[in-house]
Amino acid sequence: MTKSELMSENNEKDWPLWEVFYQPKNGKPYEHAGSLHASDAENALQNARDVYARRNEGIGIWVVPSNQITASTPEDMGSFFDPASDKPYRHPQFYSVPRAVKKRK
Amino acid sequence: MSTTKELSLKESKVTYLLRLADDRLILGQRMSEWCGHGPVLEEDLALANMALDLIGHASSLYAYAAEVEGEGNDEDHFAYFRDDYDFTNLQLCELPKGDFAFTIARQFLFSSFSYFQYEKLKDSKDEQFAGMINKHLKEIKYHLRHSRDWVLKLGDGTEESKKRMQEAFDELWMYVGELFFIDGVDEMMLAKGNGADLLSFKDEWKNLVEDTLTEATLTVPDWNQFMMTGSRNGMHTEHLGPMLAQMQFLRRSHPDADWK
Repeated sequence: MTKSELMSENNEKDWPLWEVFYQPKNGKPYEHAGSLHASDAENALQNARDVYARRNEGIGIWVVPSNQITASTPEDMGSFFDPASDKPYRHPQFYSVPRAVKKRK
Repeated sequence: MSTTKELSLKESKVTYLLRLADDRLILGQRMSEWCGHGPVLEEDLALANMALDLIGHASSLYAYAAEVEGEGNDEDHFAYFRDDYDFTNLQLCELPKGDFAFTIARQFLFSSFSYFQYEKLKDSKDEQFAGMINKHLKEIKYHLRHSRDWVLKLGDGTEESKKRMQEAFDELWMYVGELFFIDGVDEMMLAKGNGADLLSFKDEWKNLVEDTLTEATLTVPDWNQFMMTGSRNGMHTEHLGPMLAQMQFLRRSHPDADWK
């Protein structure tokens, strides 16, 4: 999406909403920190630094326009997430996992 | 503080440190006036953060100045118990915060200058000083990035933002000359390997300012216009007095007060 398309999506006077993710340590997954309003990507990055990274929370920041995130809805809960625990043949549970592999998790 | 008096090495160093510290305390105090009044929540946090950064820098510099001076003073003495003619901050720093454009323009001019100055100071022979400078430099880089970004956005923005941004720079311009004020104190510090040769980066700084204003579609005011002087010798605008009164009165009312 181009910058102008992104801007014209909303009322010109409002700053779009962005979601902020930060990486607590090298190699760890990015975690959701919260959201903020900003006029563009650079502004969002700086605001994220001021709002969410003041106290050594992490080493990296991602900002994503909120409307770029596709999320599952509560209605999806059942069909998406109910574990197929009544179908043991779908899961490889009958192998013994070597200790070295288990530890790496 | 007379310009003609010859200062000893120690006095020069203390004076030098106090100039740096005063700049930051006074500017930090002005920035803090935005707390709760920012244009949007995120910017309110950003401005308050930058104010705290500057006050933190001032605090370390005052503490070190007190140590070098060796007369039993502390940071509070310098911050709260001196009068306006003892402060040696740039007049640029004491000007009222104005509107957001004014604050941003001032922040940009001060941070860009400080950035170049600190890039030179970080190689000081005095290790304690150099360590302090290196820490502060990271935050100054951010202040520069943040303010420069806003200059571009507001300058090359709406008709109103451009007008306000231009007016801000036009108003601030006569305070810019003092940034490059050089006297015996600077020379003494340089001779000892602790100072910054301001003239060595003056052109680079001017280019950065001109490039930024041009990119922001603003007009660069005249570098040769009238420039204010005197701040490094304690001569200030009418704005410093009332500001100090507000900043100092509580501490002066209870000089023996303690956090405990």
